[in-house]
Amino acid sequence: MISNLAALPIVIPLIAGVLAALFHKKLKIVRVYAQVLTLINTGVVAYILFYVHQNGSVILESGDWMAPFGIVLVADMLSMTLVLTTNIVAIACIFYAPQSLSQKQEEFYFYTFYFLLISGVSGAFITGDLFNLFVFFEVLLMASYGLIVLGGEKVQLRESMKYVLINLFSSMLFVTTIAFLYSVVGTVNMAQIAERVGEVEQTGILTTIGILLFFVFGTKAALFPLYYWLPRPYIAPNPVISALFGALLTKVGIYSLLRVFSLIFVHERDVTHEFFIWIAALTLIFGSIGALSTNNIKLVVAYNIIPAVGFMLVGIGVYNSTGFSGTVYYLVHDMIIKAALFLLVGAIAYLAGTSDLRKIRGLIHHYPLLGWMFFISAFVLAGIPPFSGFVGKLVLLQGAMEADRIIIAIIGLGSSLLILLSVIRIFVRGFWGEKDESITPNRNAARGFIMPVVFLLFFSVILGVGAEWFYPSIESIGDYLMNPENYIESILKE
Amino acid sequence: MELIMSILAGVLFTAGVYNLLQKQMLRIIIGTALISHGAHLFILTMGELKTGAPPILDYDIEHYADPLPQALILTSIVISFGVTSLLLVLAYRASKENGTDNMEKLRGNEND
Repeated sequence: MISNLAALPIVIPLIAGVLAALFHKKLKIVRVYAQVLTLINTGVVAYILFYVHQNGSVILESGDWMAPFGIVLVADMLSMTLVLTTNIVAIACIFYAPQSLSQKQEEFYFYTFYFLLISGVSGAFITGDLFNLFVFFEVLLMASYGLIVLGGEKVQLRESMKYVLINLFSSMLFVTTIAFLYSVVGTVNMAQIAERVGEVEQTGILTTIGILLFFVFGTKAALFPLYYWLPRPYIAPNPVISALFGALLTKVGIYSLLRVFSLIFVHERDVTHEFFIWIAALTLIFGSIGALSTNNIKLVVAYNIIPAVGFMLVGIGVYNSTGFSGTVYYLVHDMIIKAALFLLVGAIAYLAGTSDLRKIRGLIHHYPLLGWMFFISAFVLAGIPPFSGFVGKLVLLQGAMEADRIIIAIIGLGSSLLILLSVIRIFVRGFWGEKDESITPNRNAARGFIMPVVFLLFFSVILGVGAEWFYPSIESIGDYLMNPENYIESILKE
Repeated sequence: MELIMSILAGVLFTAGVYNLLQKQMLRIIIGTALISHGAHLFILTMGELKTGAPPILDYDIEHYADPLPQALILTSIVISFGVTSLLLVLAYRASKENGTDNMEKLRGNEND
């Protein structure tokens, strides 16, 4: 009975989304409904996380089909931590949405797509079955296709074509890779795949399949050289939708990499994990240069997704407990801060009337709180103490040092500086300078935009200042990932 | 039989990738459809092609068909069908709004 808990984070948003479609035109009701349901879901998820923390993983064998035969849902510490973070981001976005979206966009099923997206993301984190992971990828992608064209502007339609095509192609590659894997190991249950790959010591064909899977998840997570599709489609839709995409979608890709390459393909690390380090280095360099290359403030933030993914890949590549803890910590940190930044630049672009940095100046005179919030989030992003970015990067670099990877540590620190430069440039040029008299300040709108961001930054600060409280749990997740036999045993129960 | 099916899947993939690299939207969509057909055939082949055996797993039955690939394909077919139809509508709207269906002309630039 208690094992049914594992399905709740998927089922609640799914049902909520379907019901929201029934009264999509009654905006007042649907807004409150969506906010309440999001809060309830977050409460449930927080309870499950607490339960898992106390009693160990909750495993649901759906339809009572025994583990390797049926689909299993695995709510362990890693997946539940990420689901909770997803829901925290969701709360900020749902309270930001009414200010940011036009009436037409809200009426055209924004709340339905939003809940389906949350459901898909949570499902991808929780599932313990590789094919089911593909299905949840499709659920969240379908919702994201709906969200990206919401409004139907020229730019959106143009960019969404590319977005849908690249995702469709990588999904088909995913299915093909699963077919390969099935023909070799004869199962799609992740625990059993891991067991069987371990039995045959990961022969050449399995390493090839591993690299293929890396390309699939690399496309979704936006790694070098597969990130070129990411920045433009992400800035085309409304800021609140960009925030959901930037905070959640690429992170599902990096989570899948973390899961697959800590559990299944761990026997040929000289090939796979060595390769990741170099890919991570290139991702860091090209992502941070990309962020410096543009004057469009939304594009700056969208480019900043890429080096963050590079950082997380470093933790997977170095393959030690500290590296994994760093990746998990950074994942949580990055989901929150990317959402905050997208919401902030959305607010700036809305209040200043343009997203071209050359045309924005002196905003701090009109909106002091907005300015300081942006300043703090720039520091969080770049990793300046005492905020969460600092702790995440510190642990990752510790992991890299333990594995004697000095070069990647230097590249990481260097790109942190470039990241700081890219976002502080927005602060210096956009907020400082002469007062722009042509703008009539809209304080009410600004307050509605800022509160959700304050909420997110609160978590960022807590995560940084209170690192002592959170770190032991994160460290135990790192140890758990280093010992995949725990995961395998908990599911197959032999 | 498996060999022929594998080659067929390969041919579908090749034709799909060729079409995917074209400029015209409709060709690109046909390309994705061909690739998904290739992927589905491939799953079927990977589960070994047998006829006349029931899908029963028991320790004293030696000859049985594997039902799992079919379940996987069914899921995958439904998904790719949905995405393809969405893509067709999207391409129609995108080409109407932008006045062209040539992907070369839909690159976009810095200031929009």
